[in-house]
Amino acid sequence: MTHKEIEKISKKILNLSPADQTEVLLISQDSALTRFANNQIHQNVAEKNVKLSIRVIDNKRTGTTSTNILSDKSIEDALKRALEIANSTSPDPDFKSLPKKKQHKEMSLFSKNTAEYQPIDRAKEISILISKANREDLTAAGAFDTGSLTIGITNSLGIFKTASLTEASINTVFMSPSSSGYADSYEKDVKNINCHRLADLAACKALKSIEPVAIKPGSYKVILEPAAVADMLMYLAFCGFGALAYQERRSFMSGKLGQKITGENITIWDDGTSPDNLGLPFDFEGTPKQKIILIENGLAKNVVYDSYTAHKEDKESTGHALPAPNVYGPQASNLFLKNGGCSTDEMIASTKKGILVTRFHYTNIEDPLKTILTGMTRDGTFLIENGEIICGVKNLRFTQNILTALSNVEMISNKTELKQTFFGLCRTPTLKIDDFNFTGVTEF
Amino acid sequence: MRELINFGLDVAKTCGVTYADVRVEKVKIQSIAIKNGKAEEISDSESYGFGIRTLVNGRWGFASSSKVNEEEVQKIVALSCEIAKASAFLKKKDVVLSPVEPIKENYETPVEINPFTVSLEKKLSTLYEAEEILRKERDIKISQASMNFIFKDKTFASTEGTWIKQKIMMSGAGIAATAIGESDVQIRSYPNSHGGQFTTSGYELIDKLRLKDNAEKIAGEAVALLKAEECPSKITTVVLGGSQLALQVHESIGHPIELDRVLGTEVSLAGTSFLTPDKLNHLKIGSDIVNITADATIPQGLGTFGYDDEGIPAKKVDIVRNGLFIGYINSRETAAETGQSCNGTMRADGWNRIPLIRMTNINLLPGEPSFKELIADTKDGIYLETNKSWSIDDKRLNFQFGTEIGWEIKNGKIKGMLKNPNYTGITPEFWNACDAISNKDSWIIWGTPNCGKGEPMQVAQTGHGASPARFRNIQVGVGK
Repeated sequence: MTHKEIEKISKKILNLSPADQTEVLLISQDSALTRFANNQIHQNVAEKNVKLSIRVIDNKRTGTTSTNILSDKSIEDALKRALEIANSTSPDPDFKSLPKKKQHKEMSLFSKNTAEYQPIDRAKEISILISKANREDLTAAGAFDTGSLTIGITNSLGIFKTASLTEASINTVFMSPSSSGYADSYEKDVKNINCHRLADLAACKALKSIEPVAIKPGSYKVILEPAAVADMLMYLAFCGFGALAYQERRSFMSGKLGQKITGENITIWDDGTSPDNLGLPFDFEGTPKQKIILIENGLAKNVVYDSYTAHKEDKESTGHALPAPNVYGPQASNLFLKNGGCSTDEMIASTKKGILVTRFHYTNIEDPLKTILTGMTRDGTFLIENGEIICGVKNLRFTQNILTALSNVEMISNKTELKQTFFGLCRTPTLKIDDFNFTGVTEF
Repeated sequence: MRELINFGLDVAKTCGVTYADVRVEKVKIQSIAIKNGKAEEISDSESYGFGIRTLVNGRWGFASSSKVNEEEVQKIVALSCEIAKASAFLKKKDVVLSPVEPIKENYETPVEINPFTVSLEKKLSTLYEAEEILRKERDIKISQASMNFIFKDKTFASTEGTWIKQKIMMSGAGIAATAIGESDVQIRSYPNSHGGQFTTSGYELIDKLRLKDNAEKIAGEAVALLKAEECPSKITTVVLGGSQLALQVHESIGHPIELDRVLGTEVSLAGTSFLTPDKLNHLKIGSDIVNITADATIPQGLGTFGYDDEGIPAKKVDIVRNGLFIGYINSRETAAETGQSCNGTMRADGWNRIPLIRMTNINLLPGEPSFKELIADTKDGIYLETNKSWSIDDKRLNFQFGTEIGWEIKNGKIKGMLKNPNYTGITPEFWNACDAISNKDSWIIWGTPNCGKGEPMQVAQTGHGASPARFRNIQVGVGK
C-alpha cells in the first residue's frame, strides 16, 4: 500500500466520521519467513495483509474497530460500528484529547535489498548455516524473516504520519546430541546479515558445551551476554517503565523517582529515533518518539507516556503509545543499556568462578513490584574457573530480583548488540553480575 | 467462494504440485474490558483472507493474502509454489503425507445464544455489576471484568477432494481484583486468571459463570493476601486447584507430546521435548492413577472442533494410561514419518498461517475421592489455586509455577492463607508424585485462549479437563 492510498482511505474516514475526534491507523505488510531444522527447510511462508483500525471519541466515549477488508462498504461498516460502541459506553472523564500534530525526526528505515529479497535468497543464506553444521557434525535450526511494512496514522486534529520500513532477522540454534549454541542478527538491510559469522558463533558454542556437567544451584557470578540481558531488560520494562503501571502503583518505579534503584553504573533509556535501534520515529498515535532516560546512574528518572496517561498528569506524551485499544498502556520498546569499557574476554579473565549465559528461555514475571523474574538458561551455558571457560553446564533456572541484579553489576562490556525480544528491540552490552540466584537445574 | 477455491486448486495443479490445500477464513473478535468503573477496551475486529499450502518437488510452500479475488489467487498460488521450490533447495527428503479418505462435511459449534447478537449494553451491564462489587473493598485499587468472543468461519479444500466448512464459536469471561498495599500488590481472579474461563460455546457460558456472585469473595481474598504470611520455602505435599493443574498439564504434558517438537522442527523458538520416540510405550511418566487423553470431540472444550486444518476428523486419543506414556498428537506429515496413524491436531491461527500441531483438549481424567475427601485425607501440605506465572525449560522438564493464592492444609483442613506461593519440579518426577486426583464433581474443562507457538507466532485456543490433585514431596517457596 502506498502512502497516497493510505492518505486517501484515512481522509475518507475522517470526512465520514461525525465523532468529536477520530483516529485512523493503517498498516500494510508484506512479510516472509523461512524456518529450518534438522539441516533442511521445513516451513516457508509469505503473507500480504493490511489492517485498518478506527478509533472514535464522542463525548469522551471511545469505540474501536478493525478490519482488513478495504471495500467502501466494509470501511463504512467499521466506522459505523466504532460509533455504536462509543455510544454504548459511559464517558471517561480522564480522556482529554488525541494528540495534536508535531514534527517528527525523519529517519531512513527502508531497504530495497530487504523488500525485494526472494525465497531462494533466504534459502541460499540458510545453506551457509547448514553447510557449517554439516561440516561440524551438528544440526542447525532457525528462522529467517524478511519483510516490509507501511504504516499510516491520521487523526482529526491534523496528524498525518506515514513511514515505510523493512526488517530482516535471523536466529539459529546449532545442536549436538548433548549441547546447543545460539546466534542471531537483526537488521534493516538484509545484506548486513552475515551468516558465516553466525554459523561460526553458534557452532563454537555448541561444540564447546558438549557433554555439559551439572552444577549445584546457588548464588554465582554470571556473565550475561546481550541476548540474556535484553530478555531481562524487556521484562523489566514491561513491569514498570510505562506510565499506566506507574500511575496504578503497580510499577517498581512508583514512588521511586529520584531514588537509587540500581547500581550507579547503570543507565537505561528508550530512544526509538536512534539509528542504533531501528524504531519508528513516531508512536501509534502519531506522536514523535522522544529519547527518555529511565534510569540514570542508578537513579529512577522517568517513565514513558502515551497521550491518555500523559494528560492524567498534565504532561505531554513521550511518544510511546501502542495501537488502540491498548490495555497495557505506553511501553518502552526501543531500549538501550549504556555500555562500559571492557571486553567480554576481560570479564571472563577476571572471574575466579562463574557462569556465562548465552540467553534465557521462557522468562516470566513472578512479582512485578519486586521485579522478580524466573526463567531458564539455554543454548550455551558455561562454567568459568580461574579466568577461563572450562566446560558447558547443564541448564539452570534463575529466580532473581532484577533491580538487585542491576545493583550488583561489576563489569559492563564496551560493545553492544541489538536484540529482538517479545516486546521490542533492545541494544545492550554484556554484563558481569555478582550474586545471581540460580534456584534449579535441569537434566540437559 | 466455491468457484474461487476450485480455481486456486486448479491453478496449483498446473504449477506441478503433488498436493495443495486452500483455507479461506473470516474471523470476528469482540473484546470488552472494563477497569475501575470505566471501559478500558471495547473493540470489534474482523480479518478475512486465504492461504494456499503447496507441495512442490517434495517440500512445502505457503502464501496468503487478504485480497480475496481471482487475480490475487493466481498470484498467491504462484508465490506458494515458488516458495516450495526454494524449500526444496535445502531438502534431505521428500514430505510424505499419511493417507486420508476425501470427505465433504460441515461442522458448527453447538451454540444456544450467539454472543454477537447480544447487545453491548447487556454485556457491559453484566460486567459492571460484577466489577462494582470488587471496588467495594477499600484496598482494591484495580477492579477488572472482561468478555471475549471469537467466531471463525472457515472453508478448507484440498487437491485430494476434501471440502470442509466449519463455524467455530468461542466465548470467555472473567473478573480480577488487585489489592495494592504499601509495598505489595496482590491479585485474585475468578473463575481463572488471564481473562477467566473460555469454552467453545455461545453467550450461555457467561450466565453460567456467575461473575457477580463470586466478586465479593475474590476481592476479600485479594485484600487478605496483603496481610497473609509468605509461602514458606520447603518440600511438602501440594494440592493443586483445577485451573492451575490445567496449566500444569498444558505446559508439562501438552507441549511435550507435540510430535513436531519431538522431531525437532520447533527447536529455535520453543525447543524440543523430553518425550523422544524411544520413550513411547516405555516411560512411566506418571503414577498409576495418572490418565491423560487428547480429546478434540469433548463438548465445549476450547480445543474442540469438527476437523483439523488438514481436514482430519476430530479424535480422542490416549496419551497416558495408568502412568505410561502411550501417545503423541501429530499431523499427516509427522504421522507418516513415524509410522503412526494421523490423529488430526493441525490448526492454524488464521488464514495467514500454516497449520501446526496444536493441543486439542488435553485432559487429566478424574480420580476417585471427592475434593473434600482429598483434603480431609491430607495431614500436612499446601493448597495452591489460580495461576500467576509459568516457566518451563526447552525440553519441558524443569518447570516453575506461581499461583495467586495458597493455603496451609493441617490435619485434613484448609487453614491459613499464604501469599506469593510458587512450586518447582521435574516433569516425570512430579507426575509420579501424584497420589490422589479428585473426582468428576470438581472436574472442569479449563480453556487456555492464548497458547503461543511457531514463527511467525501463532496463538491457539486449547482446553484442559482437570480436577484438583495431590502431589507429594514438592519444593515450594522457591527464591524465598
